[in-house]
Amino acid sequence: MDADPLSPLDRPHSYIGRSLPRPNLARLTQGRGRYVSDLALPRMLHAAFVRAPYAHARITAIDTTAARAMPGVAAVMTAEDMAPLVTPWVGVLTHLQGLRSPPQYPLACDVVRWQGEPVVAIAAATRALAEDAAEQVIVDYAPLPPVVDAEAALAPGAVLVHPDLGDNLAYSRRIDTGAVDAALAEAAVVVGARFTFGRHTGVTLEARAIVADWDPAEARLTVHQGTQVPHMMQSVLATHLGLSEAQVRVVCRDVGGSFGIKIHVYPDEMATVAMAMRLARPVRFVADRMESFVADIHARDHIVDARIAVRADGTITAFDVDDLTGIGPYSAYPRTSAVEANQVINLIGGPYGHANYRARARVVFQTKTMMSQYRAVGHPIAATVTETLVDLAARRLDLDPFEMRRRNLIADDAYPATSPTGLRFEGLSHHAAHARLRDMMGYDGLRAEQAALRARGVHRGIGIASFIEITNPGPAFYGVGGARISAQDGAVVRLDASGSVVVQASVTEQGQGTEAVLAQVAATALGIEPARVRVQLGDTDAVPYGGGTWASRAAAIGGEATWQASVALRANILALAGSMLQAAPETLDLRGGAVVDAADGRERMTLPELARIAYFRQDTLPRGVQPELIAARHYVPRDYPFAFTNGVQASLLEVDVETGFIRLLRHWVVEDCGTPINPMLVDEQVRGGVVQGLGAALFEHCRYDAEGNLQTTTMADYLVPMAGEMPDIEVAHVSTPTAESALGAKGAGEAGTAAAAAAVLNAVNDALAPFGVTITELPITPEVVLRALGRG
Amino acid sequence: MTAGPVSITLTVNGEDVAASVPPRLHLADFLREHLSLTGTHLGCEHGVCGACTVRLDGAIVRACLVLAVQADGRAVETIEGLSASGEIADLQAAFIAHNALQCGYCTPGMLIAAQDLLRRDPHPDRAAIREHLSGNYCRCTGYHAIVDAVDATARGRADGR
Ligand code: FES
Ligand code: FES
Repeated sequence: MDADPLSPLDRPHSYIGRSLPRPNLARLTQGRGRYVSDLALPRMLHAAFVRAPYAHARITAIDTTAARAMPGVAAVMTAEDMAPLVTPWVGVLTHLQGLRSPPQYPLACDVVRWQGEPVVAIAAATRALAEDAAEQVIVDYAPLPPVVDAEAALAPGAVLVHPDLGDNLAYSRRIDTGAVDAALAEAAVVVGARFTFGRHTGVTLEARAIVADWDPAEARLTVHQGTQVPHMMQSVLATHLGLSEAQVRVVCRDVGGSFGIKIHVYPDEMATVAMAMRLARPVRFVADRMESFVADIHARDHIVDARIAVRADGTITAFDVDDLTGIGPYSAYPRTSAVEANQVINLIGGPYGHANYRARARVVFQTKTMMSQYRAVGHPIAATVTETLVDLAARRLDLDPFEMRRRNLIADDAYPATSPTGLRFEGLSHHAAHARLRDMMGYDGLRAEQAALRARGVHRGIGIASFIEITNPGPAFYGVGGARISAQDGAVVRLDASGSVVVQASVTEQGQGTEAVLAQVAATALGIEPARVRVQLGDTDAVPYGGGTWASRAAAIGGEATWQASVALRANILALAGSMLQAAPETLDLRGGAVVDAADGRERMTLPELARIAYFRQDTLPRGVQPELIAARHYVPRDYPFAFTNGVQASLLEVDVETGFIRLLRHWVVEDCGTPINPMLVDEQVRGGVVQGLGAALFEHCRYDAEGNLQTTTMADYLVPMAGEMPDIEVAHVSTPTAESALGAKGAGEAGTAAAAAAVLNAVNDALAPFGVTITELPITPEVVLRALGRG
Repeated sequence: MTAGPVSITLTVNGEDVAASVPPRLHLADFLREHLSLTGTHLGCEHGVCGACTVRLDGAIVRACLVLAVQADGRAVETIEGLSASGEIADLQAAFIAHNALQCGYCTPGMLIAAQDLLRRDPHPDRAAIREHLSGNYCRCTGYHAIVDAVDATARGRADGR
């Protein structure tokens, strides 16, 4: 690494840590975004699908004759037609030992295993014509019994989703450290509960969208996709369509929201690409909202039985956990559907200092929509279980929730530390964060107000929830399991002939502000204004190879790669300037768009002037001096498998005990993402994450009937949080930079989602404490509240 | 099945447009697919998310719930037109300054709905802003910054800025 005498934070005119507006927003506010669902190519066709109407059925016949004969219809394809074009995929990774999943195909062969599984693919001149043709396809089914309930799926004699596998268990894992039984036996208080979590899904406002374009003359496939992971998709498409990676270009411009939904391989998208190759014409598939509900990845379908052991002084000594989750009929490819359960049992109890921990996770097949990673994978489950148990124990011991946590959170000076589940923490700030939160929310005043209102029959609740968040995963997350998913990201930074800077990086923009963050980082290292840095992302033909956006890594990992590349470019610029100015490079610096004397800041030469000479007047340079105004660097964290962050949230709400309605009044978050490169962007990331967590707490639920039919397939049935129901959300920061990188940034994308629901559940239970009832179910609908109160 | 095309004439952002459209085509698809005005977005196509919000004869409507043939003889304004005229330039600037958008997919509809509020109620409080925007779904922001931006615009207009 090129040594820099100044840290990024104290360089003169640093843009790191400043709340600058994002450079790419003007076009989005003017309707000039370039989303995949807007893209229209010459001769483009539109895809639609015939989807399974049953959760589980055998396909006995498919008749596509009428559909094929319709005007404007270019292709009607079944699994049989797809077979020569696309090889199946299997969603397992070797490091998730024992994980099983059968091959999955773009279109169902013989048996459909969830309602909405694509069966027949159609390409036609317009989407409307493709849908008309879909209505003319006749598929005969022999219904099979559905496998809906995850517990029943494991019972002896259960119907098997995949008879060849022998049972419905996809994966299981146990952790047992310390002496849990002894801790339980010695505890003054053991409290336990069964927690149930409603399935929910991402509901990105722009649905999944893909335009596939095969050019037979060049033998090249260009796929425009709203994705978080262009290079992963390049590899997947090449592997399963029989191409080399060099034949596949994945382009991702603007994406209308992702949140982990747009990181998986979807059968309908693979079928779309296969149709484009067969027809040698561009084909566009944009899921409609109903297709999104039945075919986008779902998440968080968990039942957790858990208990906590606590001494009389409030010291937590053990957690004992059993997690059961149903993932639909296949483990998702290529990241699998075992990671969520794995993270649940890794993360439970994470903020606290207990030594004994036992957990089991079981992942089962069902005939429901597939389940896999969605924003804050596993975290909301872990935080809800942990924080509810901590509060229940505190109540039994008559301890205030803050005091209970103060007695148990890992001390701020105890790092590095390792959790009983083996998580390694470089440096966290739980106590500082709690103190900040307590102060920010005016806790004592709120408690006094709560008591006064209670006397008048108004039931307010205050809920606290601590959390840790996994960010910046290294190669141990996926790469070690054999997946071509890079944990590394790269950046190329160059000074153009005009003296402006271009950054090309492998991380992507999903709206979180990656472009802004990279521009701020490069501008800081190169001493220019961010407005003079142009950032290019999301094109496998143009940018360095890398992982993309997942697990809260874009700013921290992509930012660090950009920092390192910019520092290297800076050294090249200063060396060149030194030879032009007959000065030692170390006596020079870059500030305000110019080469200056490091000592007194006197301007020696502007960057446009330096670039002019470097690109057009090499004849004036000394012999042997070759300007290289470009630098590339890659970055992957190696010291720790993850950069853990921490924080704490609080919710204030009011429960109407007559109707069961919950009104959110305020929400607070204190989080520690290390160095916040742009605090304004971090704040709104956190708030957006909180609102997704609040949706899960109160509204969002993919409800199934006993036959496995999804009941919530419109936005009128599946409720999402809207502005009117959401509170103002106050965000504050504590900063514990990671020493692993020069910037010290950790991730911030999932912190909000991690503990919002836990804070709300604790607040609801706090409000209902006078009634002696406890709710351990999400979403907390009015019906759940009334049932708990015995009024349902 | 499809009935034959229908001829319509309307103005879109002040320009005369004549077209022949299938009767089942909704206005949002007409704007997006026939006129390439892709700033009008689609999030649900059943009237819940507000991504498709446009103005029809001055009033805001959900373009996914209006058929193109129903716009015959009327005036449609989209985000492209409101941007070009400068009518919402201050609101757009406030959205940028407050980071009131992430992916931006909700933003055109959000801006048009917010401008509708500000035309009718120049001094809304935060609750009124939240209430008026309650038909516009945003998955990315926490709504907080959107409320900040609309609030700041209202104050700016009151100060004659
Ligand atoms: S697309 Fe019209 S309201 Fe959602
Ligand atoms: S900014 Fe993405 S939906 Fe609002």
